Amino acid sequence: MSRQSNRTTDSKKMNSELFTLTYGALVTQLCKDYENDEEVNKQLDKMGYNIGVRLIEDFLARSSIGRCQDFRETADVIAKVAFKMYLGCTPSVTNWSPAGDEFSLILENNPLVDFVELPDNHSTLVYSNLLCGVLRGALEMVQMAVDVRFAQDTLRGDNVTEIRMKFIKRIEENLPAGDE
Amino acid sequence: MADEAPFQFLHNEVIQYIYKSAETDNGRNIATLENMGYRVGQGLIERLTKDTARFKDELDVMKFVCKDFWTCVFKKQIDNLRTNHQGIYVLQDNKFRLLSQLSAGKQYLEHAPKYLAFSCGLVRGALSNLGVKSIVTAEVSIMPACKFQIMIQKM
Repeated sequence: MSRQSNRTTDSKKMNSELFTLTYGALVTQLCKDYENDEEVNKQLDKMGYNIGVRLIEDFLARSSIGRCQDFRETADVIAKVAFKMYLGCTPSVTNWSPAGDEFSLILENNPLVDFVELPDNHSTLVYSNLLCGVLRGALEMVQMAVDVRFAQDTLRGDNVTEIRMKFIKRIEENLPAGDE
Repeated sequence: MADEAPFQFLHNEVIQYIYKSAETDNGRNIATLENMGYRVGQGLIERLTKDTARFKDELDVMKFVCKDFWTCVFKKQIDNLRTNHQGIYVLQDNKFRLLSQLSAGKQYLEHAPKYLAFSCGLVRGALSNLGVKSIVTAEVSIMPACKFQIMIQKM
């Protein structure tokens, strides 16, 4: 009986470990292909964007969450539903700007960086930059232009991982030209 | 279910990246993907077999790969294992998870090898850390069924 339950928790852990290890292999490959960390960061962001524009459909299909009324609701959905669903962790939403258009997601432990250490010659590498791209791509598909960046990173010595998200503007739906 | 999605999306993106940054479609891309899978497989099998008992022989190792390893990584067991008892094993998976989203039949057959390279490396890495040196290849005739062929190398 206890061996059975070991298996189900094992399989959840295995999934996230498979993802973490694959991500690590990807970053290693990128570091080999590009000389400087800035290029790697850009690539990770681009790849994350490509994943994000597809992930949002998967997310909406699985969660059947309706349209969010405002940016605060968006933040809650991202932290409590999306992160939990895909990465198994729930970041906290804090540090709202006075205008209500910027907030932080604080992750106590970032699942992407399990087993990871940054060597000294890669101090400007934003290892988890894929996440920024994913969030940006996903939100763009629901008509929100946002700016996402890492404010703190446990890999670079900070206590927590902090992702700062800023709402830029609502994207107008563009009808294809010639539809008059 | 939902926690498989990140890996599948990431896997597809990795394949896109490797193929986009290469001008010519040569075996190098497949080899790069396979090597990435190799490293991941090595790490994964260490985590998976942390508390498992020692394996009796090679066949025991292969059965573990077919059942537990495949279940953990691809959410199902291998459907058919064949061997000639001389170091060649053929693992048949009738509904390979990484191909089932691609097509159900012969469409896109020429792209299938790209989607199998990482998994071949995964198996090779896993076997390597279990003390079995091998060469792993995969072939597809009708998606999403595929066959992995493992050739044991005597060390």
